[in-house]
Amino acid sequence: MEGKITHNRRRRLHLNIRQRTAAAILFSSVILAGLIISGLLIDADAIGIDLESKNRAPSPDHLFGTDWLGRDMLMRTLKGLTLSLSVGVLAALSSAIIALTLSLLSSWNKTMDNIVTWMIDLFLSVPHIVTLILISFAAGGGFKGVVIGLALTHWPSLARLLRAEVLQLKGAEYVGVSERLGKSKIWIARHHFLPHLIPHLVVGFILLFPHAILHEAAITFLGFGLSAETPAIGIILSESMRYLSTGHWWLAFFPGFSLLLMVIIFDVLGRNIQKLIDPFHGQRI
Amino acid sequence: MNSSNMAKYIFGKILKLASLLAAISILSFLLVSLSPIDPVQSYIGADMTRVSPEQRENIEAYWGLDESPVQQYLSWGNAVLQGDLGTSLLYRSSVADVIGERFTASLALMALAWIISGIIGFVLGITAGMKEGSFVDKLIKGYCFTLASTPAFWLGLLMLMFFSVWLGWFPIGLGSPAGILEADVSLAERLRHLFLPALTLSVVGVANVALHTRQKLIEVLESEYVRFAMAKGERGFTLLWRHGLRNISLPAVSLHFASFGELFGGAVLAEQVFSYPGLGQAVVQAGLGSDVPLLLGIVLFTTLFVFTGNLLADLFYKVIDPRIRRGM
Repeated sequence: MEGKITHNRRRRLHLNIRQRTAAAILFSSVILAGLIISGLLIDADAIGIDLESKNRAPSPDHLFGTDWLGRDMLMRTLKGLTLSLSVGVLAALSSAIIALTLSLLSSWNKTMDNIVTWMIDLFLSVPHIVTLILISFAAGGGFKGVVIGLALTHWPSLARLLRAEVLQLKGAEYVGVSERLGKSKIWIARHHFLPHLIPHLVVGFILLFPHAILHEAAITFLGFGLSAETPAIGIILSESMRYLSTGHWWLAFFPGFSLLLMVIIFDVLGRNIQKLIDPFHGQRI
Repeated sequence: MNSSNMAKYIFGKILKLASLLAAISILSFLLVSLSPIDPVQSYIGADMTRVSPEQRENIEAYWGLDESPVQQYLSWGNAVLQGDLGTSLLYRSSVADVIGERFTASLALMALAWIISGIIGFVLGITAGMKEGSFVDKLIKGYCFTLASTPAFWLGLLMLMFFSVWLGWFPIGLGSPAGILEADVSLAERLRHLFLPALTLSVVGVANVALHTRQKLIEVLESEYVRFAMAKGERGFTLLWRHGLRNISLPAVSLHFASFGELFGGAVLAEQVFSYPGLGQAVVQAGLGSDVPLLLGIVLFTTLFVFTGNLLADLFYKVIDPRIRRGM
């Protein structure tokens, strides 16, 4: 037994940081891919009502137990995570695009930069959840409102980061040379700024997921958007509140724990990709 | 800081706040008026069928809904400037009163959580930073990263299950016990109801301060003056007390002040889980129940709240840090 442990340790030491990073990326990608595929494969039958087996505690048959309508919680959780994931993709993608556009705009001139900074400050000056509620109300409630809200509100922190990067690049010598040579601002943005921003953008894109997913769960938990039948993690958890006092702990524990795991996996993925493609900023922490 | 600089600073901040509030009010008013939800219908609710078209028009005229959105905004903004935020549809009393009452409850919750999480986070950050790379450091770091990924409301649910349902130590909800007049509720009873939501909020709030303090302390420990102090033989707590603490406490306090927005976000969720009657619960109800005046009022109020936090963070640096104070 002891020999095996030391053997394992020796093998782990053989992997250098780069290899370990790559392994972590591969591992988390596989889990996430598995999650999406299994979520997509679940059909309506699997989360259907089965009054024969309601309120079952977790067992080999129903790993996460069943709820008061006999719906299998594992299937509902997987379905909910897939939904969170797809909303997360949308939110992260649109936020990354907005952040990139704004940061490139801020390189235009001083006025533009002031406007962008002001917009970032404006969005950060209202608590995020209040903004989400406001947008959800403006869209007249429903899933659409939640998605629009999540898509439009996650860019400020990334935009701030990218803007700082652009500002630093603007002082670089080769940018000055390009300007003297009469290159247009668009040319400079495309050939000098964009390549530098891509690593930040990719990492920022992935690290936006945890935020977006947690906010999606929070806002659906508060009762905005989705109808009660939709298996979203937030809705599952807010439903479980009614059954807490009767001791149905599995209704709240497993869905929330799965969400936590998914968020952590995204975090690991983002941090490791950062280590791999952005060694200047990624190696710390 | 001399007086003319100070006047300039204060004037600048007031100007910033005014422009911020103006922009936020225009944007949020625009958003609200975009909403397809009919304010008259949401006001009357189920009795809508009994309202004749004429009565409906009267209500619309009374609220000024027949005017253009710009006109509506101007009259609303005018009233707000005079201190009148309108009347809440859900609570049937003035928005300012509702916010005042609710915010007092939320403030107790948030202040308690803010102080506890600040202290615990700071201590954890110092512990991790002093022993960088050790098992304790890894444990604290892992704990903070896990916490940062934890949905606050789920943690609240777990606490509720564990402490209230399983152990039976705490009540399951509500800010005060049912069936007793508000004035008769004892302080002990209030604290008992405050405990779990405050605990949830503090546990969630620890991560940021701890990680930040850890990073700062590591930077300080790598500096020349610490190396010099170590060469003189200073170690452990003395070293931290003499050379570390002052340098890391300022950014930590400042960061903690700047986190008022997240604090409020956490309070919204915690109040929902523990049905604690605070401002967070009110904003959720306002959003779900289409209570436009209350929603707008809370948006403006929370903007002010976050601004105050950021201002305090800024002031802390300016007043206390001698390097920045002289630089002004």
